[in-house]
Amino acid sequence: MKVALFVTCLVDMFRTNVGKATVELLEHLGCEVEFPESQVCCGQPAYNSGYVEEAKKAAKNMIRAFEKTEYVVTPSGSCATMFLEYAHIFKDDPEWKDRAKELAEKTYELTQFIVEVLKITDVGAKLEGKATYHTSCHMKRLLGVKDAPFTLLSHVEGLQVEPLPNAQNCCGFGGTFSVKMSPISKQMVDEKVNSVMETGADYLIGADCGCLMNIGGRMERLGKKVKVMHIAEVLNSR
Amino acid sequence: MAMKINDKKFNDRVNQGIHDSVMRRAVSSAQERLYTRRLSAAEELGNWEQWRDLGEQIRQHTLENLDYYLMQLSENVSRRGGHVFFAKTKEEAVQYIKEVVERKQAKKIVKSKSMVTEEINMNQTLESLGCEVIESDLGEYILQIDDHEPPSHIVAPALHKNKSQIRDIFKEKLGYEQSDDPYEMTKFVRGILREKFMEAEIGVTGCNFAVANTGSICLVTNEGNADLVMSIPKTQIAVMGMERIVPTMEELDVLVSLLCRSAVGQKLTSYITVAGPIVEGEGDGPEEFHLVVVDNGRSEILGSQFRQVLQCIRCAACINVCPVYRHIGGHSYGSIYPGPIGAVLTPLLDGYDDFKDLPYASSLCAACTDACPVKIPLHELLIKHRQVIVEKEGRAPLVEKLAMKMFEMGASSAALYRLGSKLAPTATSPFTSGERFSKGIGPLKNWMEIREFPAPSKERFRDWFKKHKKKG
Repeated sequence: MKVALFVTCLVDMFRTNVGKATVELLEHLGCEVEFPESQVCCGQPAYNSGYVEEAKKAAKNMIRAFEKTEYVVTPSGSCATMFLEYAHIFKDDPEWKDRAKELAEKTYELTQFIVEVLKITDVGAKLEGKATYHTSCHMKRLLGVKDAPFTLLSHVEGLQVEPLPNAQNCCGFGGTFSVKMSPISKQMVDEKVNSVMETGADYLIGADCGCLMNIGGRMERLGKKVKVMHIAEVLNSR
Repeated sequence: MAMKINDKKFNDRVNQGIHDSVMRRAVSSAQERLYTRRLSAAEELGNWEQWRDLGEQIRQHTLENLDYYLMQLSENVSRRGGHVFFAKTKEEAVQYIKEVVERKQAKKIVKSKSMVTEEINMNQTLESLGCEVIESDLGEYILQIDDHEPPSHIVAPALHKNKSQIRDIFKEKLGYEQSDDPYEMTKFVRGILREKFMEAEIGVTGCNFAVANTGSICLVTNEGNADLVMSIPKTQIAVMGMERIVPTMEELDVLVSLLCRSAVGQKLTSYITVAGPIVEGEGDGPEEFHLVVVDNGRSEILGSQFRQVLQCIRCAACINVCPVYRHIGGHSYGSIYPGPIGAVLTPLLDGYDDFKDLPYASSLCAACTDACPVKIPLHELLIKHRQVIVEKEGRAPLVEKLAMKMFEMGASSAALYRLGSKLAPTATSPFTSGERFSKGIGPLKNWMEIREFPAPSKERFRDWFKKHKKKG
């Protein structure tokens, strides 16, 4: 199966290993991965800040970049949600409406793709230790992907997954919110760090690099020894 | 009190909220309690999502035909002998109420809980006429005797206080000498309020829903105070936001179920009363009944892209799940309407001058949208506000505008992005050490006050991918 990878700008520039793990994992599961070179950012930071015109330009670039692909897979629930949002953004634009809708319909978050399209629940991964999983808001509430990460993690050999207390709470990332409203964001991320520490986990796993950079960056500053891993890296451990 | 509850700047209010540990404990324990209760009340109903769909449909249908239903309501109230007044502005609403009070030469007024009377600043105006206006909802009463402290929540106005603080207020203001046991304190206030009910000449209520085809209003409480307000005084004035209307009892049934379960996690609250002008043969009820329908900017919202906010049934479910609200408390919003609903509604009713920060007081986690029983896309409406602030109001900071311009250039041109991202590790090298930034620059400054930020990878993913493919 041919899969076009939407790697996200955070992964491209800062969390390269997540991109590598995603490619290796998909290849391991029998997919042929391609990477449309002209992809940049999905435009979410601009869109969520109210800069819709700027976001539209980014969106058009992405629609063009992925136009000739069958499946689009991304290691981010939040960025996948933004692709879905394109259909809404261009709903009154006759030129882009259908193209946006087409992209939205073929876009999948990584774990969602593995479980729903590839119909695989055990990817044959192995990782020793105790982990907890951070449910990211956009992936759960807007994309509606709730169970896929847990299903896949439950089959990772050697991994014990502890439920994260108050998992429904946002970690306080929120894109520009984390810098624009930093005093509030701090309270939120501290609450999340406390929940993570309560589990006694060795690993904090998530499916969105934004949240992981937020919680991980705070834990690092506080000297907490929890290792932060993207779910692609966990599923690619063997 | 009107919309605005204090003059402090947003950041100062937030700072104060964050450092108020008593408030934060009170809010977070209330949120926790209400969250669990709401979920179990929703689950109990079985098909909660279908109920939400139904709630949304009813509210949207009503808003689409609001003129028709308001006319029907008005005719039916009049037919039953009541008076209806449509107030375009808050001033008109208060003026009408003032005239009724003056005509009745009333000095003693008792109220049940009503956000719209806060919105139009009714109490202060009536007090300036020399009237005693008593809030009979326990939470509102606590705030009223505590030097008119503003509400911090739309359903539980004194949510930010704990019981020992309340005991202290009762002690200082009312000479209360017993314990902080809620039962004892409530019993004490009940004694005081009973007298107030008996002597009141006018009762003022809000209106959870007005029923168009019967000309009645529905009040939902747990204390039963609204029932006394609308049955003892000879004159009743009900004040409603223009949109708080249902076509018939059938829709009322659905919305009351959604309201009670979402607000307090109960199947039904202890008292749900549907009444209006007294009908011949009824034993009690007001001899004179006035319904004040308040527009105060709602017509404008109805015709705008924010229309869905008028679906709101004031259950506060969005407030009860909001993490921002939990940490900063209701007063930080600076408006009588706090939380996600307040952040959407307040700038619409009272402008951006005092409230332009509110749409940004959200991480867009969408917990609010998820909790809303009538499916208002609250987080989307917050983004729309941000869009208005940027495009129409031109109030976005210059630095942000420049940053977004640069973003637009980089994100829409792959070539430019490729160059920028290629140069990033070198360009940022003076500020990085090893795998992380060592110094916050630009927008990273705030980030790095509390967290680390990773340095750009030496090799971008896209460069690795090319090599990976070549390897085959």
